Amino acid sequence: MAGLIFLIPIALGMGLMGLFAFLWAARSGQFDDPDGAANRILVDEDRPLPATVEPDSET
Amino acid sequence: MTLLDPNAGIGCPSGLAPSESPSLSDPSAFVRRVEGQNRLSLTVRGAKCGACINRIESAVKALPGIERARLNLSTGDLEVGWRGNLKAPKIVAAVTALGYGVSPRDQDQGASDEQREERSLLIALGVAGFAMANIMLLSVSIWAGAGEMGQTTRTMLHGISGVIALPAIIFSGRVFFVSAWNVLKRGHANMDVPISLALIIAFCVSVSETLRGGADAYFDASVMLLFFLLIGRFLDARVRRKAHASARDLAAMAHRTVMRLDARGSARSVRASEINPGDQILLAPGERAVVDMKIDQGASDVDESLATGESLARSATPGMHLLAGTVNLSQPLTGTALAAASDSLLADMARMLEAGEQRRSTYRRIADRAVSLYVPFVHTSALLAFIGWLLAGAGVNEALLIGVSTLIITCPCALALAAPVTQVVAAGRLFRSGTFLKSGDALERLAQCDYIIFDKTGTLTLGTPKLTGEISSENLQVAAELARASRHPLSRAIVDAAGAGPIALNVREFAGLGLEGIVRGAPARLGSADWVGVDSGRGDRSSLWFSQAGKEPVHFQFGDHLLDEAAETIERLQRAGYGIEIVSGDRSETVEIVARTLGIDSWSAASSPRDKVNRLEALQAQGHKVLMVGDGLNDAGALALAHASLAPGGAMDVSQSASDAIYSGGLAALPRLISVAKQARSVMIENFAFAAAYNLVAVPVAITGHATPLVAAVAMSTSSILVSLNALRLNAMRESL
Repeated sequence: MAGLIFLIPIALGMGLMGLFAFLWAARSGQFDDPDGAANRILVDEDRPLPATVEPDSET
Repeated sequence: MTLLDPNAGIGCPSGLAPSESPSLSDPSAFVRRVEGQNRLSLTVRGAKCGACINRIESAVKALPGIERARLNLSTGDLEVGWRGNLKAPKIVAAVTALGYGVSPRDQDQGASDEQREERSLLIALGVAGFAMANIMLLSVSIWAGAGEMGQTTRTMLHGISGVIALPAIIFSGRVFFVSAWNVLKRGHANMDVPISLALIIAFCVSVSETLRGGADAYFDASVMLLFFLLIGRFLDARVRRKAHASARDLAAMAHRTVMRLDARGSARSVRASEINPGDQILLAPGERAVVDMKIDQGASDVDESLATGESLARSATPGMHLLAGTVNLSQPLTGTALAAASDSLLADMARMLEAGEQRRSTYRRIADRAVSLYVPFVHTSALLAFIGWLLAGAGVNEALLIGVSTLIITCPCALALAAPVTQVVAAGRLFRSGTFLKSGDALERLAQCDYIIFDKTGTLTLGTPKLTGEISSENLQVAAELARASRHPLSRAIVDAAGAGPIALNVREFAGLGLEGIVRGAPARLGSADWVGVDSGRGDRSSLWFSQAGKEPVHFQFGDHLLDEAAETIERLQRAGYGIEIVSGDRSETVEIVARTLGIDSWSAASSPRDKVNRLEALQAQGHKVLMVGDGLNDAGALALAHASLAPGGAMDVSQSASDAIYSGGLAALPRLISVAKQARSVMIENFAFAAAYNLVAVPVAITGHATPLVAAVAMSTSSILVSLNALRLNAMRESL
């Protein structure tokens, strides 16, 4: 039974860590645009900057 | 070319929303300066997929001095920040050039409040979830150790549960406590009252159980209750926020800017709300009038299709009155404002919309009706259980515990989830087929309709003229060279038919007459019969003539085409027993042809916005529940007042705001939408029936004293999951209309 004395706090501590991570994510606006977040991952960011753009060499 | 090529086509590449033709408006009046940075908030319409983010953000970032451009795909808000002397219209032009509709937006509008509410519900949900999971961890060990666990250990585990539950209930339960308290103060009751009571009583009884060292503490059940209820509440808030995001477009409309001329004749961009009657206004080609005005100078052609439903452009000359919503097509016009923006047609529409909103808010949702039956039932049964056990000789403590377990187990988890989950699933299914629902109860109201009124222009027909009759491709190509220089709808129809190609030299446009220019080395004219010198006998506004020296004049005829699937859709709806009617603002010859082609017997033409509303009210007085489908500014009032209303994606923004759903991909969306609405309604009713059946079983179990914390936890979660699974069935259902 003595194990409970540190097992319960460890379990609660891990839960709290998850909770704080969630609170931080929600407060910093990470759930404000779920549609955009789902789509942004598909956006290619490795194209050259438009100022120095070269014609696409599609052949 | 990849899927996300930022240069592909015009408008949203997913095809979920139609592209918008650029309408000019100067947003300079909305630029704010924050810490040396210029900031502008814009509302972008028509951005629905990931490629839009890339297209819009990279187009804006390519402008000089831009430091920040971020599009929120869920709400359509585009935040732009820049330094230097970049002009705001450049930013708008960069986005409109891609085929999206843009309007400036005041930053401090209600939207951020709703976003904050949704965020705080999400946080409350997270806290309740944390508490539920950890208390459940302790509860499982209590249940598993029943009979072997010593009283001290059990009490300690209960104590820890209580310590976790207390802050969670106080923090996350506020949502319900505050709302319950507010209604109680006014002497009413809503669903939050029994919820709050159950939470508070269950917690207090559990604390006393723990202090007595008893076996039955309901910490887990009360926090679980909280968690499930918050899920329902959160989904509801999200659906509502989406609805309000569309309603904001109306406000954005009123936030248009106007070019006002001062005494010296120089133009300055001001907000529409600052315009007073008598102000001098400049209406540039491509711009839409925001206030009613009288033309003083200039001659042009104007497109009134959105203001009146008239499908053909007409010429505008000094002295003529223009209604708000009219688009200027060819030459700049100056005029005098006849009314302030708040008194113009647009504002009248806004008032009609408000009246409609109010009427709609009196609609009682199925969920609300279910709750009003449910609340007294729960309270009576819990009270009866308490009194019954007291009379039967049980101790106060035991009777109280049974009363509380009744209150908890009957608490409306399934009831609170039944409606929001169904709405979210149905809205998601419709979204994937290109239809945007704006409110949850829209589905319920759509399912009830038995009569459909269509506006003609833009709804049953294309709304823009199309070339009819045989024209040789040689003639078409030559005429198109001139037509490409103009934004007159008839010229555009020629260009649409001819495709891309060269533009004639030295093209000049003469309002009300036509175009003149050099085509392939010879002067040529395109325009009315008079303009090219043909004696056609009458002024026909639906045809054009093309002439070039030494050639026979060519006659182009135009008509407003029926949408491809219109006939089939109308027939399907008629077969399904819907009454169908056309109420249009267009001329009666055109309306009659459309009505006859589609086999619709009742139609009326040349209807003013007021006529449309009157017709609607007459039908509703006869007991019909009317579904209005329309796209014009002149439909907005009727859209707002109808029992349910739909607007196509190409509709005027006011009309989109006024309607319950916006569909794209043609009229075929209509039967689909109606059948999903009906299915959603029946699923919702099934869910309520299930919740009722659950209570019929659970109440006797609880009253007889068998609802231990374990039974309560299992019963509550099972019923909530079953209700959600039933709602998911909507995704697999076939169209039934």
